[in-house]
Amino acid sequence: MAKVIEGLYYSESHEYVRVEDGFGYIGITDYAQHALGNVVYVDMPETDDEVTAGEEFGAVESVKAASDLNSPVSGTVTEINEALEDSPEMINQDAFANWIIKVEMSDTSELDNLMDAKAYEEFCKEQE
Amino acid sequence: MNYKYFPHTPSDLQTMFDKIGVKSLEELYAEVPDSIRFKGDYELPEAMSEIEVRRIFSTLGSRNKQLTCFAGAGVYDHYTPAVVNEIVRRSEFLTSYTPYQAEISQGTLHYIFEYQSMMTELTGMDISNASLYDGSTSTAEAVLMAVAASKKCKTVLVSSTVDPKILDVVRTYAHFQDIEIKMIDAVDGATDKADLERKIAEGGIAGVLVQQPNYYGVVEDYEGYADIAHANKALLIMNSVAADLAVLKTPGEWGADIAVGDGQSLGISMAFGGPYVGYMCCREKLIRKMPGRIVGMTCDNRGQRAFVLTLQAREQHIRRQKATSNICSNESLMALFVTVYMSLMGKQGLREAAELSYAGAHYMYDKLIGTGKFTPAYNRPFFNEFCVKYNGNTDALQERLINEGFFGGIKVADNTIMFAVTEKRTKEEIDRLVSLI
Amino acid sequence: MNNKLYGNLIFELSKEGRRGYSLPANRFGNYPVPKELQRKEEAGLPECDELTVVRHYTNHSSNNFGVNNGFYPLGSCTMKYNPAIDEEMSAMPEFSNLHPLQPHHTVAGAEDVCNLLSESLKAITGMEAFTLKPYAGAHGELTGLMIIKAYHESRGDMKRTKVIVPDSAHGTNPASAAVCGLSVVEVKSRADGTVDVDDLRSILDETVAAMMMTNPNTLGLFEKSIPEIAELVHSHGALMYYDGANLNPMLGACRPGDMGFDVMHINLHKTFATPHGGGGPGAGPVGVRKGLEQFFPTVSPYQGNFAVAMRAYAYILSLGKENIKMVGPLATLNANYIKESLKDVYELPIDGLCKHEFVFNGLKDKSTGVTTMDVAKRLLDYGYHAPTIYFPLLFHESLMIEPAENESKETMDGFIEVMRRIAEEAKTEPDTVKNAPHNTPIGRVDDVLAAKHPIVTYRQMCNNKQEQ
Repeated sequence: MAKVIEGLYYSESHEYVRVEDGFGYIGITDYAQHALGNVVYVDMPETDDEVTAGEEFGAVESVKAASDLNSPVSGTVTEINEALEDSPEMINQDAFANWIIKVEMSDTSELDNLMDAKAYEEFCKEQE
Repeated sequence: MNYKYFPHTPSDLQTMFDKIGVKSLEELYAEVPDSIRFKGDYELPEAMSEIEVRRIFSTLGSRNKQLTCFAGAGVYDHYTPAVVNEIVRRSEFLTSYTPYQAEISQGTLHYIFEYQSMMTELTGMDISNASLYDGSTSTAEAVLMAVAASKKCKTVLVSSTVDPKILDVVRTYAHFQDIEIKMIDAVDGATDKADLERKIAEGGIAGVLVQQPNYYGVVEDYEGYADIAHANKALLIMNSVAADLAVLKTPGEWGADIAVGDGQSLGISMAFGGPYVGYMCCREKLIRKMPGRIVGMTCDNRGQRAFVLTLQAREQHIRRQKATSNICSNESLMALFVTVYMSLMGKQGLREAAELSYAGAHYMYDKLIGTGKFTPAYNRPFFNEFCVKYNGNTDALQERLINEGFFGGIKVADNTIMFAVTEKRTKEEIDRLVSLI
Repeated sequence: MNNKLYGNLIFELSKEGRRGYSLPANRFGNYPVPKELQRKEEAGLPECDELTVVRHYTNHSSNNFGVNNGFYPLGSCTMKYNPAIDEEMSAMPEFSNLHPLQPHHTVAGAEDVCNLLSESLKAITGMEAFTLKPYAGAHGELTGLMIIKAYHESRGDMKRTKVIVPDSAHGTNPASAAVCGLSVVEVKSRADGTVDVDDLRSILDETVAAMMMTNPNTLGLFEKSIPEIAELVHSHGALMYYDGANLNPMLGACRPGDMGFDVMHINLHKTFATPHGGGGPGAGPVGVRKGLEQFFPTVSPYQGNFAVAMRAYAYILSLGKENIKMVGPLATLNANYIKESLKDVYELPIDGLCKHEFVFNGLKDKSTGVTTMDVAKRLLDYGYHAPTIYFPLLFHESLMIEPAENESKETMDGFIEVMRRIAEEAKTEPDTVKNAPHNTPIGRVDDVLAAKHPIVTYRQMCNNKQEQ
């Protein structure tokens, strides 16, 4: 069973947002990394790029699959997780600890459109 | 069935029908609506024996004229070592599929790795893919790649000295993706650097495409081009004749980001236009933007070194509409062809063949100018191909040469002819051609 | 085979000063290439004698598996026999020495071949005109979509930006659409595996440029609603595109032109027996209905892969009208024979008549943990090429089998026996299957390592060794 963490916001395309100090840390969920298998590459935007809720900002690749990353919220990328460039497998080790981008959110009310841990857990169950 | 490619005997057919539960071949198509069922006879000849097939092709072949080739324009009559055809015809290579099953495809994967290694050595670049169709489509793919890499810009600057046939293909691809192609002027047969600087300064440029040697055979000076492109966040794409790079300053040394071109000059038959092989090499940071297959090194579960198709998540069978390109097959067998060619010729042989071509072309150029009937078209260095102006009727001259067994160059303007010389051309052939003028 | 010596890369066999070539002496005089034009760093190409090169590649070829080695039931690839006579014809110097820019009257025979092949393809497909320019199937798809887009643009109809593609389509279909600047809308399949016409109806509108289909589809099932689909698509002003990847079973049965398609490509390296060459060169001629030939785009400079076209024409001449029409029925017979002989041990998700190919969804008994991948790898041990696996995407364990018309009953019986043995092994000794292959030159490879830190050249390989 995939891990789900309380206090995060979840999207239907299996990204999460962790809100800390007003910033949104976006990554893929444990469920998503399980489905994907060994992550070999993370295609990330550049800092200062704009992301829009529901729109693609990058991709996560395994050997035989690739999954687009859709931003759960809108805003400006203030940092990317550079460690993933050399060690993409960190996503498999701990998807929640290894966020992909840090975003200065332009509209925090967008968080209300996302699922909480409980709803997401249900959502994952339905997927199976 | 009584045909050599169909092994089914009447008893085989019966056993198979019984297993399937049908009574005839007809019944296997029971679900095809009658209205669209093909019931007639194809308008084709009846089956032919090999003797008859050979006779037909021999008759067709006799309708072609065998000419000694002094033409180029992207396709060159280079020498092919005997070994190359012998290897390429081996059915283990010829009749295999794309090497998806690495365990029984190491032959193919091995030579593609070698091909990639050799192409990067030749071009002075970091990375090569497993080949593309030809020089024109690889150039078009490079243009798409530059636009995809820039994310924001959809204009590419192309030098007016790029082969118009390549430009046509680039324009076709660009049109359908709403990519704008803007031309950079030429001065005396070479790219106008000042015009490049002017046009790139207007902004919005994803890439700059130049050719070396250019369409007119001129070896251009691309000093500073990479800096200009990079200062404007554009990629520099350089198209080159592969064989010439054994001697000429490489795309890597010019600072190009993507090197593309045709590998036909590495001993591949002219074959009326194909198959050839398109090469594409790039800087390491662009590897995941590259179209086409890529072979990488890894190891197997027995601890042996092994080769495998890699970075497949870029490709159409996984990414579908988000793939870097729609390309599926490459020109694998032609990649084998040039790999065996380069293995035999080696660094010394490639250089020697290129130097012979260079010497032959310059000898011919001097001879032609010496007749007093030709004048130089440009005052620029050239390699094994050059343009000269003829002070008579160009068409009549070329027809006269054909009657004497020569394909005497390509007419690139009303009174301008472009000649090419390779290591296959002899001094006698050149002297004879010149004597006919 | 001596793996130690022959498992090397040609670079590792290189020794300074060795020569594998001979060239004539320079008799032109002293024309040195000026230093300022020359590369500074020498190209690091190998230096080998001729016999070393010959042995190196000959030994590598023995690590490969081709149609001439054995049965190749690779679904959607139509791995048929590549006749020797076709090779001989395509290599004739009267053709192979021709420069593509020679004046017409010096290449009349070559132009005849192009015209004769086009005429033959028209007869076989029911199309009105062909261009031979596309180099491969995917290139043909792109060309075809360009024609369709240009056709709509010529009528001033600029709003058609979508292509409808079945969810079972080949990956090149959506990719080609994207390269052509069109977006993709997927149409669902019904439970019987064919296009859901109701879903299609709900998607169709004035923004659709074309519907791309292959028939039979990638499950090997004939889309019997095709007349209705074509009418529906045409009634919305869109065109029908036929992906010729699955044309083989239609020879002698049904022509794309008669099915209502407007534009199509043909993979000469599938249906017309030209060799796959380890992944090319292929050829993807595109055929169109009358009136659309004016939109043929310049996707290559000359007549496409001419030497491939020569092989295809030799193939058509050899078979003649009476044998070409047997190709489809015999391929279909072979596929159904294998399907019926194995469906009790492999899961057949959609039962019924298939055409040239069919798809199993892995082993029927799922309790063993043996996957489609394992079955495929175990087949290699028994001297068979694997079927296409994990495609189409409609099932989790797709195993797609296509025997060409050239395969004998004995060949297929041997394959059937081995497939049944593997199903048995999955129960009795699953680890043997899961760790297969065992008898091949190499075992299963580490894909993750290759993709995570790509080493794609000899130079990188050497640098990487130094770092370690």
